[in-house]
Amino acid sequence: MRWMGRPATDTQISHGRRMWLYLYAAVILLFLVVPTLFVLPMSFSGARFLEFPPREWSLRWYEAYLGSATWMRATATSLIVAGLTMLAATGLGTLAAYGLVASRRKIGRAVFFVLLTPMIVPVILIAIGTYYAYAQLGLNNTIAGLVMVHTAIALPLVIVIVAAGLRTYDMTQEQVARSLGASRAQAFYLITLPQIRPSVLSAAVLSFLISFDEVVVASFVSGGANATLTKQMFDSLRDAIDPTIAAISTLITVFSFLIFLVMRMTLRRGDRSRRHNVGSGPS
Amino acid sequence: MIARQDHALRLKRAEAREKWALFGLVLPALLTVALVVLLPVSWLFYLSFLGEDGSFSLENYHRVIAQTSYHRVFVTTLQVSIATTLICMVLGYPLAYFLAQLPPGRAGFFLFVLLLPCLTSLLVRTYAWLVLLQNTGLINSVAIQAGLWETPVQLVYNFTGTLIGMVHIMLPFFVLPLYSAMTGIDRTLMAAAASLGAHPVAAFWRVFFPLSVPGVVAGALIVFVLSLGFYVTPAVLGGGRVIMIANLMTAILENRLDWGAASALGVVLLLVTVVCIVLVGRAFRTSATLFGRP
Repeated sequence: MRWMGRPATDTQISHGRRMWLYLYAAVILLFLVVPTLFVLPMSFSGARFLEFPPREWSLRWYEAYLGSATWMRATATSLIVAGLTMLAATGLGTLAAYGLVASRRKIGRAVFFVLLTPMIVPVILIAIGTYYAYAQLGLNNTIAGLVMVHTAIALPLVIVIVAAGLRTYDMTQEQVARSLGASRAQAFYLITLPQIRPSVLSAAVLSFLISFDEVVVASFVSGGANATLTKQMFDSLRDAIDPTIAAISTLITVFSFLIFLVMRMTLRRGDRSRRHNVGSGPS
Repeated sequence: MIARQDHALRLKRAEAREKWALFGLVLPALLTVALVVLLPVSWLFYLSFLGEDGSFSLENYHRVIAQTSYHRVFVTTLQVSIATTLICMVLGYPLAYFLAQLPPGRAGFFLFVLLLPCLTSLLVRTYAWLVLLQNTGLINSVAIQAGLWETPVQLVYNFTGTLIGMVHIMLPFFVLPLYSAMTGIDRTLMAAAASLGAHPVAAFWRVFFPLSVPGVVAGALIVFVLSLGFYVTPAVLGGGRVIMIANLMTAILENRLDWGAASALGVVLLLVTVVCIVLVGRAFRTSATLFGRP
């Protein structure tokens, strides 16, 4: 325990005298992480009412979820909407980020700000506004309508991430490619895109998760046969504590983490292979 | 000579044309945002100024202000948002301080832990609190077994439950901007204070803390403004007893289809949001000029 006596900061305060800070930070980090973990054992409970620790174990809530046509349809809707949102937001967002960075127009700043508005406007306003607009256009309860809103909501993040990736990338490489006869599109596809791949990939994963988790807009704009999983969960949470939700929550959490891990692994593998091939990776 | 000038001009035009073409790549994204966010929200703006007879009027705003039953909603919204902000400040400042003092290699792990909840669905986290806080939930049963209280304490479907759920969601939004402001503070200032004989506690309060205030202000404003628009958490953990602006807007539409009143509430919410975001920008600029970072 000799480290406790060592100075922790420039003011020479020792680790021992800062123990309270470490404990405080640990407690707060636990407060952030632990509550969600309790859902896991709950989901395997055999009882009708949730108790901790469960007295008997069973898979009945997983069976209830997997055996319900409503839940299955909602899950399929959510996955389709999230997948389409990912494609649309990543595609449009990458194009926009590239256009903003490469064109170096003065109005780029203003346009960038406009593109960030979905992040600034309270989501309840977007929900009510689109609900009203879609009512006139007959787009409520359609997958296309929901994908459009989710794309707009995910766009700011995609643009910020991809633009950050482009800023560390040396655009003159494209000029080299073009002086060797590549068209602008070829230069982008063959030279630029592979090098900003990590940013594009992270943006894609995040936009998928944003759409998959989104509750407020979905609870207004989606419904009927095209109700999303989150809308269905939100509706049933307002009624009662249904243990089926514990099973769904566990599955969603595991699913989100798997996606995140796959992204991390892909990014790391990409990093390594690039370092092997080129010798020195981009900064 | 003329030919060369001509050539230069043509090149310049081609470059300008290409820049505009590149700029055109922004259009699809811009169109999407305009169609599903800007236009509908502007339409709500318009509706909020539309009177019963279809002419411009402020009667919706009048109604919103005059309706005494709405006053409680405004008060609740402010109470919940301010309480969430204050609790985040008390819990978050030491945590951000702890993170900012770590060597960069180790900070990464703790920042990941801080962001873990953000990877978990908001609904899942809300549900987890519902399960933990209910009368037969873990917290009540542990507290009763430990003799802290005898009968279950109502921790959910009320103000307390809403507050716990919101702090849990908002805390990373307070800690992250504060952490980034704190890592920008020149650490040699603390060493200088110590070498001039300041007690560590005095050095913290008189040197470090004042420099971290812009970060606190930015984080607090972000938490406050995001809290104002909360919908899901009060609806679930408040159990219909904690009604905030967003819940009221929904209720007005569900019960009376009164688009004017709901829009007026939305416009007020939007204005407060925009003001707070401008203030966040100010706070960050102050910290940037203080620490000389762009």
